Amino acid sequence: MRVYATARTAFKALRRNPMRAMLTTLGIVIGVGAVIAMMEIGAGSSSSLKKTIASMGANVLVVRPGTASSGGISFGVGTSTTLTPEDNQAILRECPAIHNAAPIVRARTQVVYGNRNWVPNTMYGTTPAFLDVQDWSILAEGEPFSDRDVLNGNRVCLLGQTLVRELFEGASPVGKEIRIKNISFRVIGVLTPKGANMMGQDQDDVILAPWTTIKYRVTGSSLSTTNQSASTAAATSDTVNTLSNLYPAAQISLYPERSSVQQADNPMPVRFANIESIMAAANNAGEISLAIEQMTALLRERHHLRADEPDDFSIRDMAELTKTLSTTTTLMTNLLLTVAMISLVVGGVGIMNIMLVSVTERTREIGLRMAVGARGKDILQQFLVEAVVLCLTGGAMGIVLGHGGSLLVQLLLKWPVETSPAAIAAAVLVSAGVGIIFGFYPAWKASRFDPIEALRFE
Amino acid sequence: MELIELHGIEKTYQMGDIFVPVLKGISLTIRQGELIALTGSSGSGKSTLMNILGCLDRPTAGEYWLEGQETSRLSSDERALLRNRKLGFVFQSFNLLSRTSAIENVAMPLSYAAENLSDSEARGRAAEMLGRVGLADRLDHYPSQLSGGQQQRVAIARALINRPPVLFADEPTGNLDSRTSEEVLQMFELLNSEDGITIIMVTHDPKVAGHAKRVIRLDDGLILGDVPAAEPDSEAPGGVS
Repeated sequence: MRVYATARTAFKALRRNPMRAMLTTLGIVIGVGAVIAMMEIGAGSSSSLKKTIASMGANVLVVRPGTASSGGISFGVGTSTTLTPEDNQAILRECPAIHNAAPIVRARTQVVYGNRNWVPNTMYGTTPAFLDVQDWSILAEGEPFSDRDVLNGNRVCLLGQTLVRELFEGASPVGKEIRIKNISFRVIGVLTPKGANMMGQDQDDVILAPWTTIKYRVTGSSLSTTNQSASTAAATSDTVNTLSNLYPAAQISLYPERSSVQQADNPMPVRFANIESIMAAANNAGEISLAIEQMTALLRERHHLRADEPDDFSIRDMAELTKTLSTTTTLMTNLLLTVAMISLVVGGVGIMNIMLVSVTERTREIGLRMAVGARGKDILQQFLVEAVVLCLTGGAMGIVLGHGGSLLVQLLLKWPVETSPAAIAAAVLVSAGVGIIFGFYPAWKASRFDPIEALRFE
Repeated sequence: MELIELHGIEKTYQMGDIFVPVLKGISLTIRQGELIALTGSSGSGKSTLMNILGCLDRPTAGEYWLEGQETSRLSSDERALLRNRKLGFVFQSFNLLSRTSAIENVAMPLSYAAENLSDSEARGRAAEMLGRVGLADRLDHYPSQLSGGQQQRVAIARALINRPPVLFADEPTGNLDSRTSEEVLQMFELLNSEDGITIIMVTHDPKVAGHAKRVIRLDDGLILGDVPAAEPDSEAPGGVS
């Protein structure tokens, strides 16, 4: 009852000078309006930015086998042959934080069509899941190869835009045959252009084929040739490295080399198909660390590693992208907060200014109210409530203005906008707070008036 | 028990290092139902005395008993409460809130009263008061729409809304012409005789003082003359009705 009456008195006092009340609260209106609009537009662009960065592969994880070493020389990550296609399937089956995963086998060799040839930067043998992991499912033309193609090792492939330009001079390649290492592949689809990646590599300079085809038909690897790089590296170090006397790298062959006739007669069965890496996508950027945990546990178990043994694989995430993502968001939030604080302080100073003028102007009224029995705290309360009412009215108008503004921006500029109830609640609280903070000094000053002096004031 | 008793009231203002004595020992007694004029030349201390009587100010020395309560040592909040309950004020310049209707002006002191009246009760009481001062048909007029005499009557209604036993009037006719002054003074006499409200007017106008039943003359901070029920003065036009 008392508070209600005070609030009504405040409203009446403000209504006595509506124009000035409007102008006073304009600072708060604009401040809160700007905050609301910035919050909504900012939240919208921040989430669309997140989506864009995520599409660049922020939630992609790459699993590579560990290092191989021979004679004390390690050959770097990816040289040992511990990852299998079965690992890939197990990850898909048993890691709930993983959205999709694809095995990858690489080759680097010449591609020929008619009288033109090209060596693509990237030649990946993989499964159809790769397109999903890379967010590349929509093709420019044709259709992707299927799991059946992978099982059968069919000679089909997808081309990137650069290859289409270099080999076909822009003409449609779908249905044409190209040759990779004298093996003919049928082009069944064309990828959409992706441009350069963050490292400046052309992502369209790519050819995708079933990993079985690349592995067994193109690179022709079998058990005897899997650790190609290790043996060649060892061979070169034989001639160059002076330490080779201390650490002989040449492996002793226990069995006599088989002649080519023998090899043709009895091909060595491939018991163990290794892959070069697994590309997996986490459900979202937030679940990356969980996905890494799940994959590490699973692969350690599958590779029969004891607790004291180091991992024989490594998992890498796009840490740089994730960092960019979080810094962008923090930067955005901080920027908005700063703008909000400045505009609200400016608005608050405006309120304080006008309340001081109002107190001086109404000195006689204050004196009169004191003469008829108002105590200091009654006067304090009255002017404080007046300031808060002023700020809250301004805040409410600011919310309407800001929300309307952001809707207008959405309508006219087609910017993404997200309504944020938290921002609205904060705006109400902050404008009431500004009223109390900046209204207190004038109200306190009014409450300290001497009634005799105040009544005599001209 | 007397309504008001003053014992040796002194008031000294300090201006820098100089002490300026304004009241130099005032003692007087005022009974319930008196109509008093406090007169004196300017600088005689009559306004200061009224501020002390009205509990707006505290004396430097002396005792002030109001209805058996010693008030000179009360805190400002306690004096505010006392003013609200027991004292009414009418000012020379009316001091009505502009852009606020007559009835709301009258009801304003109720919002500081200890008793919590509902909105309709407060408006009812304010309307009744305005009726008593003859403005029942002007409830929703704004001060700017009222004549000077009417504004002063609104101020009187406001002073009486909490039914105080004492009404102070500081030059109540200072801003009024002679005809409306007469109206207001008659209103005071009516309130005094019918409701028994003690009225203390501060004035330098002998015509206004003529309406009083008792005239207290101040000079240089001392009571120069205290004329109870000055019969010869009642020859003034429109005497006690």
